[in-house]
Amino acid sequence: MNNNKAIVQDMIKEIQSDRQSISMMEVCGTHTMAIAKSGIKDLLPDNIKLISGPGCPVCVTAQGDIDAVIELVQQQDLILATFGDMMRVPGTRSSLQEARSQGADIRVVYSPMDAVEMARTNPSQEVVFLGIGFETTAPPVGASIEAARAMQVSNFSVLSLHKLVPPALEIIFSDPDIKVDALICPGHVSLVIGLDPYRELVNKYQKPCVITGFDDSDILQGILMILLQFRQQQYRAEIQYRRAVKEDGNPVAQSVLKRIFKEVDTRWRGIGLIPGSGLEIREEYIEFNARYKFNVPDIEDVPIKGCSCGEILTGKISPHDCPLFGSACNPLNPIGPCMVSHEGACAAYYRYTPLRGEIR
Amino acid sequence: MKTDRILMAHGSGGLMSQQLIDDVFKKAWHNPYLDPMMDGALLEFPPGKVVMSTDSFVITPLFFPGGDIGKLSVCGTVNDLLACGARPLYLSAAFIIEEGLPLDDLKKIVLSMADTAKHAGVQLVTGDTKVVEKGSADGVFINTTGVGILSCGIEYRPDRIISGSHIIVTGNMGDHGLSILAQREGLSFDTPAVSDCAALVKTGEALAKYGDKIKCMRDPTRGGLATVLNELAQQSGLGILVQEEKIPISPVVQGACDMLGLDPLYMANEGKMVIVVEADISSQVMNDLRLLDEARETAIIGEVVQEPAAMVLIKTRLGAKRILGMLEGEHVPRIC
Repeated sequence: MNNNKAIVQDMIKEIQSDRQSISMMEVCGTHTMAIAKSGIKDLLPDNIKLISGPGCPVCVTAQGDIDAVIELVQQQDLILATFGDMMRVPGTRSSLQEARSQGADIRVVYSPMDAVEMARTNPSQEVVFLGIGFETTAPPVGASIEAARAMQVSNFSVLSLHKLVPPALEIIFSDPDIKVDALICPGHVSLVIGLDPYRELVNKYQKPCVITGFDDSDILQGILMILLQFRQQQYRAEIQYRRAVKEDGNPVAQSVLKRIFKEVDTRWRGIGLIPGSGLEIREEYIEFNARYKFNVPDIEDVPIKGCSCGEILTGKISPHDCPLFGSACNPLNPIGPCMVSHEGACAAYYRYTPLRGEIR
Repeated sequence: MKTDRILMAHGSGGLMSQQLIDDVFKKAWHNPYLDPMMDGALLEFPPGKVVMSTDSFVITPLFFPGGDIGKLSVCGTVNDLLACGARPLYLSAAFIIEEGLPLDDLKKIVLSMADTAKHAGVQLVTGDTKVVEKGSADGVFINTTGVGILSCGIEYRPDRIISGSHIIVTGNMGDHGLSILAQREGLSFDTPAVSDCAALVKTGEALAKYGDKIKCMRDPTRGGLATVLNELAQQSGLGILVQEEKIPISPVVQGACDMLGLDPLYMANEGKMVIVVEADISSQVMNDLRLLDEARETAIIGEVVQEPAAMVLIKTRLGAKRILGMLEGEHVPRIC
């Protein structure tokens, strides 16, 4: 334990002595939370910056998509099953939580299989599962569709709003307004996709990508690995989180994704349409696609006045720079999704660093 | 009429009510204050200020590793009295029972209250039962009100906290919260998560000899340690700085919280105290408390500082400081 502590302190010293000016983006919301909680930002020298990225699935769900879901539950007689995080996310006028209080049948589940079971035991009711999340959550949703077919549960369907991380990273690297020199890549998503998608990014943009775990020492080591690449001026896709992530990812999960879903263009909140970044259910499984089954409308996003979540999600500004942060927008009365989600950048900043600069 | 479940008739005030009171409550609790079965209890008090506290218990599940709603309803109110510096003496108990509750469950709960009260040295002196239709309550809700006496005359109050005081916690944080969560969500761990539910009478007794050097005490129940520290900082107008690595947390709670994305500092405790003491006695208090079964993991976790006022900071394992805020919204539903 003491040995470990000494190693961690050595890593902090080495990072603090680095003089390179580098902005790193932690892509994943779990990283944002872990970094805020451990106080790592407070230990970094001014020349090294950490920027929060778009890796919170709740935060990047398009506002129009939430409006469409609300319209669906209000106009059709069905049960909507969803992960709890989605309940409070604001659409244009309302949230699922409000829709439920007005009588819509919305139930929180912990796994898509709970929704299949709900459909099996309520054969006279349609059950729609709201598919939210990245490469991590999409495979179990795909597996639930296969299970529903095998069990002949025909009153179960999925509204897939799943998204893929690498196309969003491509946007981050290619946008000249976003100054990100390197990526701290998400541990959980990479468990599924492995190293290859990051290799492609590095080849194209010559910027380091390091798949990193979630402990304090993982994150420090990930930062050091990035600094080292800059010192050597050799840019690579690397894995810090070796105890969990394999180079080729999880082939079983990848094959479920391929069997059930196809890549489509989709809208991200605050970012807009990203080509090939969405997962839609394949025609072979169309009877499980709630979008076709219930003719779910395509609703355009109407920006929320004053909300800077889009710029925050792409690292253009920090939550502290948003005029609503902490005053009009706070965890009890969230205006934008980054404040709603437990892993949103604004929620993390609000909880752990509301008076940054004054607490040293 | 023989029945193994609570019926609406048990709350009618008639024969079945009487039978329930005689067979279940009176048998388990009997003592000279309750036995006359009057509308109220006549109590005797030693000299000193009287302290009174009340709490309602709506926990689900009713039975959990380390306790049950009955034990909890006694410990909760006893600990609130202790936290004011009082010696707890008498408790009242009011039950709101859902029609259909198994009679055996009620008996178990009532006996558990008797055992816990005996251990805590308090008497259950008066009570009430109501029965509501199925669906209008969840098994049983219990309210207990307690009175105690401030025998040594020292009031434990946040306005007595001074800068430089030390913060002590009397054991591992988050055990109760995790035990309830695990039970409710059907999670199982290699080491079972057991609630710390306990009446901390011995802790109260051990502190008495330190007189006014004990400044304030709170039990970190709902909202956990972080919430109590914030209350103390706001009410005293002083700052609190705690060291993350000094805060005792069992490996099972830490591991489960890491996995579930929860923070043990916001998880409920039902058998722990947060004590603010003058710095020169903190080591001695810690050593005294560690001798008690209920407080073996006692630790000094931080200190009271002048600045930043009314705020709690935590020094993380890495040596960085960050704010330790209040709990916003719901962490885990219905844990007490």
